[in-house]
Amino acid sequence: MKLVMAIIKPHKLDEVRTALVGLGVQGLTVTEAQGFGRQKGHREIYRGAEYEISFLPKTRIEVAVSDSMVGQVVDAIRTSAATGQIGDGKIFVLTIEKAVRIRTGETDDDAL
Amino acid sequence: MTRFNSLKATAARHAPAIAAAATVIFYAGQVLAQAAAPTPPAPPAPPPKLDSGDTAWMLTSTALVLLMTIPGLALFYGGMVRKKNVLSVLMQCFAITCLVTVLWMIAAYSLAFNGDGAYIGNLAKAFLKGIGKDTLNGTIPETVFMCFQMTFAIITPALIVGAFADRMKFSAMLWFMGLWLLLVYAPIAHWVWGGGFLMKAGVLDFAGGTVVHINAGVAGLVCALVLGKRIGLGSENFAPHNLVLTVIGASLLWVGWFGFNAGSAVASNGSAGMAMAVTQIATAAAALTWMFVEWALRGKPSALGIASGAVAGLVAITPASGFVGPTGSLAIGIAAGIGCYWGATWLKRTCGYDDSLDAFGVHAVGGIIGALLTGVFAVKAIGGTAGVLEGNGHQLITQGYGVLCTIVYDAIATFIILKVIDVIIGLRVDADTEREGLDINLHGETVP
Repeated sequence: MKLVMAIIKPHKLDEVRTALVGLGVQGLTVTEAQGFGRQKGHREIYRGAEYEISFLPKTRIEVAVSDSMVGQVVDAIRTSAATGQIGDGKIFVLTIEKAVRIRTGETDDDAL
Repeated sequence: MTRFNSLKATAARHAPAIAAAATVIFYAGQVLAQAAAPTPPAPPAPPPKLDSGDTAWMLTSTALVLLMTIPGLALFYGGMVRKKNVLSVLMQCFAITCLVTVLWMIAAYSLAFNGDGAYIGNLAKAFLKGIGKDTLNGTIPETVFMCFQMTFAIITPALIVGAFADRMKFSAMLWFMGLWLLLVYAPIAHWVWGGGFLMKAGVLDFAGGTVVHINAGVAGLVCALVLGKRIGLGSENFAPHNLVLTVIGASLLWVGWFGFNAGSAVASNGSAGMAMAVTQIATAAAALTWMFVEWALRGKPSALGIASGAVAGLVAITPASGFVGPTGSLAIGIAAGIGCYWGATWLKRTCGYDDSLDAFGVHAVGGIIGALLTGVFAVKAIGGTAGVLEGNGHQLITQGYGVLCTIVYDAIATFIILKVIDVIIGLRVDADTEREGLDINLHGETVP
């Protein structure tokens, strides 16, 4: 089991969701996040005063999948979240030690 | 000045009707007298008469001007601060509204509007003594006149909040506002509107360019200088936390300003109508001007920019609103849009003071532009006084004199009040409080 975590541009969320549902992914967790990478921040001007906004709004998605699906899921996110511009985000894949479905008590792949 | 002129104008407007009525009564009396008794009774002198149209408009105007401070100005300013300080700004505006109301009733109304002194009124109407249900001021109940003027006394100190936002102690703020109302606002209102020396000198200020806007703006500058810069200015992100609040606030200010300017006719008449028209025109012109200037210089037309421009136009047309015509108001609006943009950007940056929300850059600069241009564009047929364009060059000098007197007294008195409070209780919150936010530290509340 793997946890695929991706930091994406907020306006790409719906495309990513559609792509993942198309692969049969059963669930997805979304968090509003802030951060910076190579894109750095941006500048905003209020009444002539310029402010460096260091942290940009991003969306973090987390999806738990069986080992066999990891490759497809990562590809789907990469394709659907890409704009080609700097700041498209990152995908991380982590190993899951154990998973439990709270309602039924099912574990591991059955719980995904 | 205007307020008294307008009362005279109202009386003059009613004069033919009163004379006609008196004549009818007189002849009716004669007929009756011939029928019943040998000596006809003398016709009674017409008593001051309440005008229900004027009264209705002034009741409405009073509510509109109160709407400018709460919630208008509170939201306008509240949206521009960082989220950790939004409640402190709302709280300051709300507390000032309450404090000024009580002090106005106790002494400030009498000091501003009662008595013939050149510099200050008297305390004969302290606690509103002698003002009853039937007491009139011109054609409206004095209670209404007193409340209308009270709403001006409320918004003026509240405007100063913009200059010291994010860093003043709440207790010091209350002391400052109370003393400032009694020692600065009441005398200057008396000078210009209550029969004082500026009124006698012929200074034109229809709705408060000097009394309200220059007064508040200059006091704001002094506050910004005495309190010093906010921690992190120039290095941290001070971007407004919610411009939706600011745009709503500016819109409420605009709507309320019809009470402020058209209400300053203290009558429901042509003067009020012209004041309304020029207010709308100048505001729109200033908003567009600020927007286009910013678009040209900074690349984008911003919501904060157009809202700021609207407020700048409202400020500048305030002294002029009963004296100029539509063309003059268009020119005043354009001048205010350019001048206040300059005041809030270049002037502030160059001089280095931290006027948090541009109380000086918008209200003092806009007020000065408006007060001086009133002397240029005044039309005799509208307000009874000609301006430079109609050949009365002296009016510009008179206007400058009014501006100068207001600035000098205001700056000195404000400085002294601040220094006294600073010595006794301190003006500024400590650094930790300022960093963490005034909301949680001074008021024990936060906005999520």
